[in-house]
Amino acid sequence: MSDAGPTPGSQVDWRHDVFRILKEADVKHIVYVPDAGHSTAIRLADEDNAINSVVLTTEEEGIGYLAGAWLGGERGALLMQSSGVGNCINTLALQACTRFPLLMVVTMRGDWAEFNAWQNPMGQATEKALNLMGVLTWRADEPQDVAPLLHGAASMAFNGDAACALLLGQRLIGEKQWVK
Amino acid sequence: MGQVNETGALDRREVVQKLLAGRKDLLVVTGLGSPSYDVMAAGDHDNNYYLWAAMGSAAMVGLGLATAKPDHSVLVITGDGEMLMGMGGLATIATRKPANLTIAILDNGHFGETGMQVSHAGLGVNLDRVAQACGFGWTRAIRDMAGVDDLRTRLSSRDGVKLATIKVKAENPPRVLPPRDGVYVKNRFRAALGHAPL
Repeated sequence: MSDAGPTPGSQVDWRHDVFRILKEADVKHIVYVPDAGHSTAIRLADEDNAINSVVLTTEEEGIGYLAGAWLGGERGALLMQSSGVGNCINTLALQACTRFPLLMVVTMRGDWAEFNAWQNPMGQATEKALNLMGVLTWRADEPQDVAPLLHGAASMAFNGDAACALLLGQRLIGEKQWVK
Repeated sequence: MGQVNETGALDRREVVQKLLAGRKDLLVVTGLGSPSYDVMAAGDHDNNYYLWAAMGSAAMVGLGLATAKPDHSVLVITGDGEMLMGMGGLATIATRKPANLTIAILDNGHFGETGMQVSHAGLGVNLDRVAQACGFGWTRAIRDMAGVDDLRTRLSSRDGVKLATIKVKAENPPRVLPPRDGVYVKNRFRAALGHAPL
């Protein structure tokens, strides 16, 4: 590390950082319901022969999958959009009652400059809903915060048999262009 | 609404006993409710992972486990109601085609745990045909013990993802309760595979 301080946010490629940190955490399974904000991590996971990249029909499938992978001794992560958090609520009991490492990366909607107000109810409830179910949460709104916060979340999931979620804020991801 | 599918004639305890006889290193995941009791009644085992909640998750736990442990055979034993709640998982599993995973659905056409209300399976939804349409390599609807015997011989073959609906009677045998301490069951299961606790 140089003494020059943190890299300016504009030069940090947070989309690649998500995949890089998951690899550094020895993740072997990346399971997801697609979101544009996760598209780089999903593409890199698909291209990596050491990663089982699994597309899900609904987000709670990923909780069962990762519980099973952990029974077999392997680590994974669940990528989803904030709307998917709502689909996971009851299934989070599996993590609460068996205490396996559950690492989640959540791209936010209904969070900032949202065009589609139908995203707002779940987006505004996402972090509180996770906390209500015992999930530890962090938020990244600046590109340079993604890597250290995801590293921290992964560390606390895998060192603590905990459920940990990093929320990627809508300001970080950028405003969706609806009319081109 | 009238019942479309004829209720099965097999005894669920006898079916599970037969499937697990001489199991060796078979890894077993059970769906919540009666299938967990049936597997416990056949004998508790370090290679059993019992679900008490997360309805709809049993098959996906089986997929994650089968993917992480390709050199083991994995058997998910669940009920029609539990599988119906996670039916999308059949599509996900079909995209992965884990050669070492078998799903056995004890199909009584009812929600047995909650008062024997008729389920979608009882009303005509054939889960084995759903799995077939998703792309499972081997599917069956099993109505006799010869079929159960045949399924048992296939559990160790690891030659393609399989799903069977096994048509059992709509009845609740006496509950035989597996351990409810999920951390204990998890650590016991992992330890049997050589994985240390945290």
